[in-house]
Order: sequence, then structure tokens, then C-alpha cells
Amino acid sequence: MAEKATKREKREKIPRQPMPEQEPKVRAKNFDEVPFGLSQEAAIKEAQRCLQCKKPGCVAGCPVEIDIPGFIQLIKEEKFTDSIRHIWQKNSLPAVCGRVCPQEIQCEGLCITGKKGDPVAIGNLERFVADWERENGTGALPPKADPTGKKVAVVGSGPAGLTVAGDLIAKGHEVTVFEAFHKPGGVLVYGIPEFRLPKDIVAQEVNFLERLGVKVECNQVVGRTITIDELFEEGYEAVFIGVGAGLPVLLDVPGKNLIGIYSANEYLTRSNLMKAYRFPEYDTPIIQGKNVVTLGAGNVAMDSARTALRLGAENSRIVYRRSRTEVPARAAEVHHAEEEGVEFFFLAAPTKFIGDDKGRVIGMECLQMELGEPDASGRRRPVPVEGSEFELECDLVIVAVGTGANPILTQSTDGLSLNKWGYIDVDEKTAKTTKKGVWAGGDIVTGSATVILAMGAGRIAANSMHDFLQLGW
Amino acid sequence: MFKIVKREEMSDGTVVLNDIDAPKIARKAKPGQFVILKANETGERIPLTMAETDPEKGTITVIYQVVGKSTALFKTLQVGDGYQDVIGPLGKATHIEKVGNVICVGGGTGIAVLHPITRALKEIGNHVTCIIGARTKDLLILEDRMKDASHDLRVCTDDGSYGHHGFVTDVLKEVLEKGDTNQVVAIGPVPMMKFVSLMTKEYDVPTLVSLNPIMVDGTGMCGGCRVSVGGKTKFACVDGPEFDGHQVDYDELMLRLQAYCEDEKKCYEEFCIMDS
Repeated sequence: MAEKATKREKREKIPRQPMPEQEPKVRAKNFDEVPFGLSQEAAIKEAQRCLQCKKPGCVAGCPVEIDIPGFIQLIKEEKFTDSIRHIWQKNSLPAVCGRVCPQEIQCEGLCITGKKGDPVAIGNLERFVADWERENGTGALPPKADPTGKKVAVVGSGPAGLTVAGDLIAKGHEVTVFEAFHKPGGVLVYGIPEFRLPKDIVAQEVNFLERLGVKVECNQVVGRTITIDELFEEGYEAVFIGVGAGLPVLLDVPGKNLIGIYSANEYLTRSNLMKAYRFPEYDTPIIQGKNVVTLGAGNVAMDSARTALRLGAENSRIVYRRSRTEVPARAAEVHHAEEEGVEFFFLAAPTKFIGDDKGRVIGMECLQMELGEPDASGRRRPVPVEGSEFELECDLVIVAVGTGANPILTQSTDGLSLNKWGYIDVDEKTAKTTKKGVWAGGDIVTGSATVILAMGAGRIAANSMHDFLQLGW
Repeated sequence: MFKIVKREEMSDGTVVLNDIDAPKIARKAKPGQFVILKANETGERIPLTMAETDPEKGTITVIYQVVGKSTALFKTLQVGDGYQDVIGPLGKATHIEKVGNVICVGGGTGIAVLHPITRALKEIGNHVTCIIGARTKDLLILEDRMKDASHDLRVCTDDGSYGHHGFVTDVLKEVLEKGDTNQVVAIGPVPMMKFVSLMTKEYDVPTLVSLNPIMVDGTGMCGGCRVSVGGKTKFACVDGPEFDGHQVDYDELMLRLQAYCEDEKKCYEEFCIMDS
């Protein structure tokens, strides 16, 4: 008894291991990843903090139900290969999730250690083993079920699609992923910047799936190059749609089409996918503003404002129509942005953009807002304050106020029921659409959400698709 | 890789034709649709409307003018070389309908885009008058093909070196004056489309134009190709590339096409130095 108590005391004395990262001033000028990752020593120490709960809250908080205490125990025992293989049973993209999941509202938010102090750094540990495997692992693949001879098509190679691909290849099916862009990864390559998720890591996670047998076909715009019905004609028996939201929302105010006003999709795609941050080594240009304003305060807005700093902005400002309390971005992202020098203008909204004679944006007019009654989202509605107009000088504006449903695939596919916003209707328990043999998940069902929620949806679909392939619709 | 199976230099050598092996796209493409091409790993995504498709051979034809680094890079690609990426067919196909008398007006490489549309309009039973123009005789492309694709071909050159001395709009006015035109299709440089549209509006003749703004993804994802049409914002990649010529805000489009002119110039100059 006494021995047990000492052990616990010892464990409780270990503080949460800090994640070493680049200095804010330095990193705000480069595109290298911000956190360096935990050292092996720190990871083992951190793993010792886990209480190995019998009924772990963390697992309940994980959309793909990783056995978190299980993989952490294996880190503690320094069995890193076993640890990553343990994660792979539930998650094909651990190096991605360890970096971009909002752990604070999922696994770590439910960690019992967090009730009294800091929760176990589950995300950092997941990242640690994934990186360890990539750098030191044998490359040995996890086991796969015997081939079933069934062909599955996955449309879209973002987090939802890759999860479906990983799950179904492991269950013995033949999987082909169709990607519209010239590189696989979806939002992981076009949306999330290099400094938050290095593209080599995404490429290696995709490569892992390819080594498992997943075929990835890029440059295939399903709905244009080939239709869903043609996929069935080609012998695919089940199709998963995970094409993402993919329609930018632009503001409808005067001057909205001036040069220098980008949707966040365009700005980030130019920088991340097309590598415009390495122009002219890469051929795609990007407007490098000195005074940059990003509209919106979600994770995409943080990514945009931070990218602008790295591209040489003297001022990178976020203009958000609600207050700090309503900011939808992860606290960690806001913190990183502020550390790097991003300024926040709360309770302000643009009323018009001002341009010069060359059609380039040189400023914007804003109105001060105040919070009124809660709206449909439960957040207090911003109401304009009369006569509160003010001007902001800017030569680049990035509109990051959300996305809509891209209609290319949905409008070219008969039999898919859509909701009034154009998102695909699915059965929540199975992710089945109204079209036989077709499942859907991720942002094209829910609207903009997170990587891990898309992966969770992919998991639900993959299970249902497997049942269908074995038993029928 | 998407192999180039045929390559031809046209005009004064600044316009190049490529037949590209792309069977999936060739099978699907219809007149008016475009593809996005990317030459190599570091390349830009460049949208080009297809000039021709051959579903049997599995090839698509694009005709481009060398105007900057990306197209200069395209020009270095020979038969047997290829584009790393070709994506399509994108955009909406031209609505081909029998309406009676149609005038097709083309300028520059727009003539290449106009060709399959002209042919389809003729095949469906329209009487097609075609007016094509270039700065000078040597820059004119596809004259023979346009002749075959239409009933009546008129050629204009700005310097008078061939055909009518003057702009396509001079000849257009002449034909419109007859008063029996049901439809105009105009594809070419933005100023040409603007002035054609201004003229046809006077005559109240419906006019279709095909726009080629700056694009990135070509699937409606980024909004870079947005144009104002009838006061509404449209995406050329998914809502177009063809629009009602009377509704397009050409001045805004011309400004937006200049968004990267400084960067493009620098990039092109560096490439030309390296290439020589």
C-alpha cells in the first residue's frame, strides 16, 4: 500500500513535459514547423504521467477511438514500434492527428489528470511515436485481412477519405482513391500550412497507405472526369464521398473583387499546395501584402494571418465581428498567432473595400459591433454600432469566414439527397447516403469541421461499407 | 505523365499546338470545356480551353500563345515529352442549339477555342458566318479550319496585311446590319469581347463570350477566377467559362488579369535568360 502511494506521488510530481518549439520571432519569418517534437526522454516521462484508467475518458473523447492508455503504456515501456502499431489499429494518420487535432476538447479535455493539473499530452505523444516510426522504424506494415475481391472507390483524399481507405484496405478490400488535385491529402496539403503540418509528413502518411495497397489516382475530378455511376460500371461496389466543403464564402460588400482580396482557400492553396511561398523557385505567384487583414477567427484565419507574416507582412491583423470569447479557433492557434505578432481587432466588420485606379485594394472601411441577443448558433449576435465607421489600411485581405458545399460532384450525381445548403444527407449511424452503394462523410456532410471529425465520419462509413460488402445494403 | 503526341508551331512561332494523350478527358470533353495543365513539379496550373478532342485516339488538342514563363515552359516540351498533370474536362460545355443565323467572332488564340464551337453550331443546322482577326497576317491561325467549320469566313488584320484592314467589329457591324442575326459567339482578347458585346447590344443580338481569368484549382474551390456578370459574382471555372457577353464586367476582368503582372514579368525574364 505504502509502495503504491509513493509511486503515485512520484508520478504526480512529473510535470507535463513542455513541447520545445521555435522562438516566435524567428518562426514568424520561416515556414519550418513550429514545434520540434518531444525528445525520447521527455516522451517516456510524459507517458509515465498517464494513470492507465480502467474506464478512460480520453478514448471516449476520441472520434476514432484510439486505445490511448494502451499506446501510452507501450511508450512508457519504450516499445515504440508496438506503440505505433497499436495506434494504427484505429488511426492511419497519427503523425497528422498528433499535430492538428484539437486535443484540448477531445482526449485531453477528458483526461482525469487534467482535473487537478495539466492533462497528459496525448497529442504530443501520438506525434512522438508516429515520428519515431518514420525516422527509426523498420517500415514493417501492420497485418491485413485476406483479400475479399471487392473494389471500393474513395472520392477525395482528405482526412475522411484516407481513413476510409486505411480501414478498408486493412479489411482486405481493393481501394482506389480519386483526388481532383495533382497531389493527395486534400485539406492537409492545400489548407494547413507547412509550419503546422509539413507536407512531407502528409506524403509519408499517404505513402504508408499506398504500401498497404491503396491506389491513389490524382487529377480525377469525380463528376467531371468520371461520374459516380461510371465508377459502379467500372466494377466498384461501394463508393465513399469525402470531397470536403470546397466552396469559398466571400463577403458581399462593395469592392469585393478588387485585386488583393483572396478567399482563404485561394490564399492557402497558392501558398501550401502550389508552394507560392517559394516563388520564383515555384511558378505560382502570391500577393505579398505589407498590411494584411484576415477576416474571421477560425483556425483557417489563424493559418492565413500567420502565413502572411511569413510572407513578409509588416502588420498581420485579424478582424472578427464577435469578441474574443466567441473565437472559434483552437486556443493554441490563437496563442501561437499572438506570440508571432498577429493583432486582433474584435467586434469589427468590413462594410466596404477601397481600391486604387489599378483595381488593387488599399484599405477597408469597418463598423464597430456590439454583442446583442444570441443567434441560431447560440452565440451572441454582433450588431453594428451606428456611426462607428473606421478605416484600416491594407494591401491584402484574406476572407476566412467559412466555406460552403462545392456542387461539382453532388450536381452530377443522380439520387443523392442534399440539404438546403447543398451538403449531402446521410444516415448518422452508417454514413449511408440516399443513393445505393454510396456513403459520404467529412465537410461535404457537416460543413466545415476538423480533420479528426472527418476521420471519425470516415470510420463510421468504413464500418458500414465493410458490412455492406460482406452482407449487403 | 500526359504525353505530347503531336506538336506544331503556328503563327510566328509564338503559338503552339499540342495533341496530348489524355483518353479519359478526350472521352468526356465537349466544345467549350477546358483543362488545367501543369508542366512539372514546380509549375503553375494553367487553364486552357480545348481546341479539339479525339475520343478514339484518346487525345485532346490545346493551342496556346507564349505570354509568360509557364507558356514558355510549355513550349520547350517536345513530342514524347509530357505534362505532369492534366485535369479536366472542366467548366460547362457550350449550349449548342439551332437558332438560325450565327456569327462567330474570334481573335488570337481565341480562334482555337472558337473552332469546335463553330463547327458544332454549323453541324446542328445554323448558318454560320465567321469573322476572325489578328494583328497581322503572320499571326493568324486556323484559317483553313475555320473556313471548313463555317459557311462564310471573313478575315481581318489590324495592319491590313491580309483581308479586311481593320478590326473584327468593322465586319461584324456590316453583317449585323443585315438584321437577320440570331446569335453571336465571341472568343478572343478581353477588349475584343468587350467591343463585340457593346456592338451586339446595340443590335439586341444575344452574345456568348468565353472568359479565361486567372485560376488555381478550376473546380470552384478558390474563387480566384471570379467575374462580375449582371452584377453577380460568378466563378468562370464552374459557372462558365461562357457567359452572356452583355452582362460581363470586362473592365474588372481586365484589371484582375493584371494581378500578378510584375511577378510574371520578372519570372518570364529570368526564364528567358536561363533558356538562352
